[in-house]
Amino acid sequence: MSIKILLSYLVLAPIVGGLLAGLDRRVTARMQNRIGPPILQPFYDVLKLFKKETLVVRPSQTLYIEFFFVLTVFTGALFFAGGDLLLIIFALTLAGVFFVLGGFKASSPYSVIGAHREALQMMSYEPALMMVAVGMYMVTKSFQITDIIHYPKSLIMVLPGVFLAFFFILPIKFRKSPFDLSTSHHAHQELVKGITTEFSGKTLAIIEMAHWYENVFVLAIVYLFFASNVWVGLSVSLLVFLSQMLIDNATARVRWQALVASSWLVALVLGGANIIYLMIRG
Amino acid sequence: MSVLSKSPWIIHYDGSSCNGCDIEVLASLMPRYDVERFGVINTGNPKHADILLLTGSINEQNKPVVQNIYNQMPNPKVVIAVGICATSGGVFRECYNVLGGADKVVPVDVYAPSCPIRPEALIDAVVKALGILEKKKAASLAEEVKK
Ligand code: SF4
Repeated sequence: MSIKILLSYLVLAPIVGGLLAGLDRRVTARMQNRIGPPILQPFYDVLKLFKKETLVVRPSQTLYIEFFFVLTVFTGALFFAGGDLLLIIFALTLAGVFFVLGGFKASSPYSVIGAHREALQMMSYEPALMMVAVGMYMVTKSFQITDIIHYPKSLIMVLPGVFLAFFFILPIKFRKSPFDLSTSHHAHQELVKGITTEFSGKTLAIIEMAHWYENVFVLAIVYLFFASNVWVGLSVSLLVFLSQMLIDNATARVRWQALVASSWLVALVLGGANIIYLMIRG
Repeated sequence: MSVLSKSPWIIHYDGSSCNGCDIEVLASLMPRYDVERFGVINTGNPKHADILLLTGSINEQNKPVVQNIYNQMPNPKVVIAVGICATSGGVFRECYNVLGGADKVVPVDVYAPSCPIRPEALIDAVVKALGILEKKKAASLAEEVKK
């Protein structure tokens, strides 16, 4: 059973992720009173990038990105195989670290600043992610995704604070305003393209595909909160994704100080209060 | 039509233009013309770009910048001279320090004269450039096969 899910994840996640990215660009364009590109545009972009020349500053930078891709896919694979939530979070962090290293290795001022910011972003979302793991363990008494997903009650009823803390850091993972410091999909053109500045051709395509896998994985965590009913879970995940576009178009990018301070504050206050409540209730 | 022409990413550089053409370039990205319908993205990063839009008559000071941007773009790539200034130097042709056109510093594939360029003309130039992009890719593939 889990093998089947795993295989379908490996095949379907980039397709779903790419379609979501296409939907994102379309909806964003509509919000800006434009028509926007076709839904399949992200696939065209990635296929084109595979046809382009790949320029590198140092050959090893590509290696880091390949590790980043493999580990991101691995993170999702662990999740869909019903693995350990803690291990999943560590794998995600490791993937992020390789991305940051790739940015540093390329060693242009733009990608290095992007890498610094990516590291800050990781630091900002980590507490909320840990709260998710801790909160889910306290309710279901297990870190295993298989146990969490089969928990009879809806987790959102007992973990609303943790969910809000997680929701708050979602723009970081989706690379959306106000937290798209390290790199962004839009032509804001601040610091050129941040951490992805020095990557071109195939390497850039790999980063983009890793992002698709990551988006699916992040939405799967959202799903966990509503897992007691499949349809509620799926529609809430989609709604959360759409809400990110609204947030993206309605907010301006914040400075990194505000990013770190606000995400920690929200995680500790909302998530922390939720977990303390669970502890008291026993 | 291959994917190359379905996702043209552009980089736009102002080589001592009067800003008229630059405003028109940006106007094409705005809701009225919305070139993102065709997958066009203004990347602002030569390493991600396929098409270089050059405006202005190019002078001694920005010559190395233009060449640097051109060299940093991955193949296949095309260059469009936007506006009469980039095409030939226009009214600034005789000025001291002005080189008189983008083709004095980098190979230009498409010339789009007029002052300033209209978004329709610019979109037309990009479509022409896409054809050339395809040809360049086909040529480089043929060369690889020969090797
Ligand atoms: S062509 Fe005209 S509008 Fe364009 S840069 Fe030259 S003078 Fe300005």
